[in-house]
Amino acid sequence: MSTIVNGAGKVVDFVDQRITASNWLKRNIRKVFPDHWSFLLGEIALFSFILILLSGVFLTFWFKPSMAHIAYEGAYVPMRGVGMSEAYASTLELSFEVRGGLLMRQVHHWGALVFLAAMSAHMLRIFFTGAFRKPREINWLIGVTLLVLGVAAGFTGYSLPDDLLSGTGLRIIEGGMLAIPIVGTYLSSFLFGGEYPGDDIVARLYPLHILLIPGLIIALVTAHLMILWYQKHTHWGGPGKTNHNVAGAPFFPIYVAKAGGFQFIVMGVIVLLAATIQINPVWLWGPYDPSVVSAGTQPDWYVGFLDGALRVMPPWEFYIFDRPITMSVLIPAVILPGLILTPLALYPWLEQKATGDTREHHVLDRPRNVPVRTGIGVAFIVFYILLWIAGGNDFFATILEIPVNWITWSIRIGIFALPPLAFWLTKRICLGLERRDRDKVMHGRETGIVMVSPDGEFSELHAPLSQADAYQLTWHERQLPSDPGPATDANGIPNPNYRAKRVQAKLSRFYFGDVVQKPTREEVEAAHHNGHHDAVEAGHRDEITSGQQ
Amino acid sequence: MPRSLPGRPRGSWIGRLLSTRRRHPLAAIAVLVALMFTCGGAYAALAPSTSQNVQAASSTQIDEGRQLFAVGCASCHGLNGEGQINDDGEVLGPSLIGVGAASVDFQVGTGRMPLAAPSAQAERKPPAYDQDQIDALAAFVASLAPGPDIPDAEYLDTSAGDVARGGELFRTNCSQCHNTTGQGGALTNGQFAPALTGVEPRHIYEAMLTGPQAMPVFTDETITPEEKRDIIAFLESVQDEPDPGGLGIGRAGPVAEGLWAWLVGIGLLIGMATWIVTRSSKA
Amino acid sequence: MSANNEHNSGHGESEEIARREPDEVAAVGDPIADPGLHHNDERLTDVDPKAGRRAERQVAGMFTLASLLMVGFIVAYVAIGIHPDDPENGVDIGNVQVSNLALGLTLGLALLLVGAGAVQWARSLMTSPEVVHERHELRSDDETRQATLDDWNTGVEETGFGRRKMIRNSLLGALALLPLPAVLLLRDMGPNTGGTPAERKEHTIWAEGVRILTDVTFMPIRAADLEVGSLVNAMPATFEELPEHGPERINERAKSPVMLVRMLPDEIHVAEGRENWHVDGILAYSKICTHVGCPISLYEQTTHHMLCPCHQSTFDLADNGKVIFGPATRSLPQLPIAVDDEGYLIAQSDFTEPVGPSYWERTR
Repeated sequence: MSTIVNGAGKVVDFVDQRITASNWLKRNIRKVFPDHWSFLLGEIALFSFILILLSGVFLTFWFKPSMAHIAYEGAYVPMRGVGMSEAYASTLELSFEVRGGLLMRQVHHWGALVFLAAMSAHMLRIFFTGAFRKPREINWLIGVTLLVLGVAAGFTGYSLPDDLLSGTGLRIIEGGMLAIPIVGTYLSSFLFGGEYPGDDIVARLYPLHILLIPGLIIALVTAHLMILWYQKHTHWGGPGKTNHNVAGAPFFPIYVAKAGGFQFIVMGVIVLLAATIQINPVWLWGPYDPSVVSAGTQPDWYVGFLDGALRVMPPWEFYIFDRPITMSVLIPAVILPGLILTPLALYPWLEQKATGDTREHHVLDRPRNVPVRTGIGVAFIVFYILLWIAGGNDFFATILEIPVNWITWSIRIGIFALPPLAFWLTKRICLGLERRDRDKVMHGRETGIVMVSPDGEFSELHAPLSQADAYQLTWHERQLPSDPGPATDANGIPNPNYRAKRVQAKLSRFYFGDVVQKPTREEVEAAHHNGHHDAVEAGHRDEITSGQQ
Repeated sequence: MPRSLPGRPRGSWIGRLLSTRRRHPLAAIAVLVALMFTCGGAYAALAPSTSQNVQAASSTQIDEGRQLFAVGCASCHGLNGEGQINDDGEVLGPSLIGVGAASVDFQVGTGRMPLAAPSAQAERKPPAYDQDQIDALAAFVASLAPGPDIPDAEYLDTSAGDVARGGELFRTNCSQCHNTTGQGGALTNGQFAPALTGVEPRHIYEAMLTGPQAMPVFTDETITPEEKRDIIAFLESVQDEPDPGGLGIGRAGPVAEGLWAWLVGIGLLIGMATWIVTRSSKA
Repeated sequence: MSANNEHNSGHGESEEIARREPDEVAAVGDPIADPGLHHNDERLTDVDPKAGRRAERQVAGMFTLASLLMVGFIVAYVAIGIHPDDPENGVDIGNVQVSNLALGLTLGLALLLVGAGAVQWARSLMTSPEVVHERHELRSDDETRQATLDDWNTGVEETGFGRRKMIRNSLLGALALLPLPAVLLLRDMGPNTGGTPAERKEHTIWAEGVRILTDVTFMPIRAADLEVGSLVNAMPATFEELPEHGPERINERAKSPVMLVRMLPDEIHVAEGRENWHVDGILAYSKICTHVGCPISLYEQTTHHMLCPCHQSTFDLADNGKVIFGPATRSLPQLPIAVDDEGYLIAQSDFTEPVGPSYWERTR
């Protein structure tokens, strides 16, 4: 007997009678999604990707992926009679002869920049909150792959219009390929169909850009979301929010309305960017000519760090059996991406190795509570931003009116000096914040009211925290460095795993040795028992005496 | 075939022409040209020979120039423009023998000379002399030895220029330093190629001809006067062309675009995200 | 320091607690007991029907405005033409600007309002209880795992994959070879004639007696045309003979461009063997950067420096194109030049070394 249905229920009924949809829907339609702004960064990436797909399809209706040489006779007068490829000419056609064509080009390009920026921001969020920990290592790997694919999609697209900027970018790619020992010249020859630039490359990048890479991205995004769905989203700790539950709004209708709305908001913001800010005006750059270059030649932001690395390398080349090994190109173009991506992809396992923690984690870390990880992340950001600045060193030299050579030299030095400094500083700040949290829990919050005791001593009045507020600062785990245990057991037999354990303990100490622990229950009770006024005074005196020593 | 942009706001550059050059000996002709432009263009009637006659300097002009030179320039360049080297072997001012009137008109007309202070590179600033004085200085320096002359008006008439060919010439010969849209760029050790926006056609021509400071010389034999005119026409066209896509953000390319994508794009969207995750106001 | 002391005090106990699941810790109340889920306060719209109606109007207003904006989009599309009446005239960029702005603003704001309306609806009107779901350990229970493993082993057993070694090995062999045809199919992406890729890099269309022409206009150049401080971007005369279509022209533009510069002969530091490569201080250098191949001609006539705008390699053209800054490792190749009977500049030969970046086959 079927239930009485109408409206949307009819659809559910139809589907249910064929694939038992209700069974699955019943379990999922009210699935819980926790709310936090940082959980929406991945959504920005997804939604901008959808907009990129839509605008990209529009562009393919006019774009001609051909490098056939023609003399331009289109609508843009300042280029009439100039020799160029059909790809470039069709990009001009899109910009000047198709209503909304320029808008869609700009939507596509702004969308791509926002897509990659959102993916990067999303990844940083995952990193700093520890959301990559078990059981989410697979999604972390998929995410790293998606980022690489996103860069590939961006770069292939950047190269298609065959304008002066994109052609120069390809030339640099060719130069990087040539530096690869043994196979370099062959790789370049196969990619370009002979000598650089040939007349094949646009037609070859086109299917990669519109078919293969987006296809892979869609497949991996699907997997990414299915895993996310199955594992349930992480959430922040807090009153009632534990590792064994997830609290938030139901998928239908709240999340559907909010995420669906956000889809339109993301599209709206990108379209508004495209309406008001010009991006990649290829008609100003001119058609690609390998004998021509423009001052201020730079790649899009997501390739900027690689270009920056190329810029700051000192000239370093040596010979092996009379064959050149051009380290000044190999390191930034080939080795550096591997050096960045490998630890990035393996980070969940590296940290697991150090902490020895193999439990499931569904509650996020506050970045301050894992000072070493946060420090590593900030050091990486500093490293990356330095390379990114190097990639625009001429741009920054021009706007800051300082010699470009200075910027190059500062970055050559800074790339080694600043990331460790950033690590140290970040860790200190995290420890300071932890200490403040601890003080708050033990002594309450500072009220700003200063009291004078009868014997003339000044102290600040502290107000105790509510239980919820105090819990908010203490729900995280107590993280202690692991102990390798004795080298020999009670019977004097050496522990065969002792060496490994000691290494692990060392790493664990690196991670957690300096962590300012939240107070124990006894400590909190003792502090409260003494009364916060006394406690502050005591702490105050301690500081004075230690200061005198 | 001359090409020009339809719908290009002619009025604006005529305005510049009038305001900055009204004291030039050619001012009367320029006004005439402007009138012919606005009235609907019988500008083909312009006879190039007239301008050359005007440029023939009188001896009184040379004398006036010599006096101005002695006061304003001789401390570095020497009383007769022979240049000066101080005791340390440092060049105070290079010799001006043979640099020609074009060089003086450019350096003084763009305010680069006299130098405000010794620096890596002289910068464009409001000229210290009026056009009559500049002409007198130019006449004096030109009288020292033959050199490149101030260009004929014929080659500054950009309406006759071929913008497309000018673009090709510009991208091959100029954009490597000045950027494809004339935004300028960095050179070595703090030197820079200046932006070309708002520079008078005459000064652009003179710069190509004389190679001021680090800039190389593009002689009239390798880039003919007509080609120089095409380049200037292209630059004017680019400069006057509106940005169809919205704000030009300096036409500076990917670095600026990346900053906008992060600061405005991601910034706005995160702002939206923080709004989305809240509930409406409490009761 | 103080932190260490503090957790040393209760070390044994707190370590024990740390090894527990955090939920248990919270239940123990270390240090603060979990006060339990805080339920959301009621919203104004939940209790005040007036506020509810206002919110409803707000949301509906946004959706309606979005519809109007989409009508506006259609109007803008139809009303703002970018196609000139006479195709000879070309496009008016101002019209494109207005069209782009009008289409983008209407569409963008419409999308934004649809989104904002939906979000506002959810924020203010949809009843939104805080829902809590339990999580379950993702790992299957032991029984299921064992059953799966058994099934797998049964399947493996049934194929005899382990026993029938010949089948197994021949299959693995066949699968291992499978990528070869796939990779081999890509072979013809590269050319089959014209020697190895490295051989093609060794030569340009410069040769003995080839005239040096100005680029773009292709005019021959006399030595007297260049004054000291001059720069000329140039191409070989043989370039004009290349076929109009096909990749030859663009490929040569990637290899053959040179720049001519003139400096005072006594400013030049001439390397041994290059004494007669210049003509009265006129030098010809390849425009292709030896770092990764950007075309360069950012010449500073005062310093004789040549800068690459891509990665700031700097070459000294007065000193045989030596690298003085940046990542390039090789000097800029110099083209030996001379003057022909008619007084025009010509090349003495091709470049004496490959132009452009280093590559494996390129020996010292």
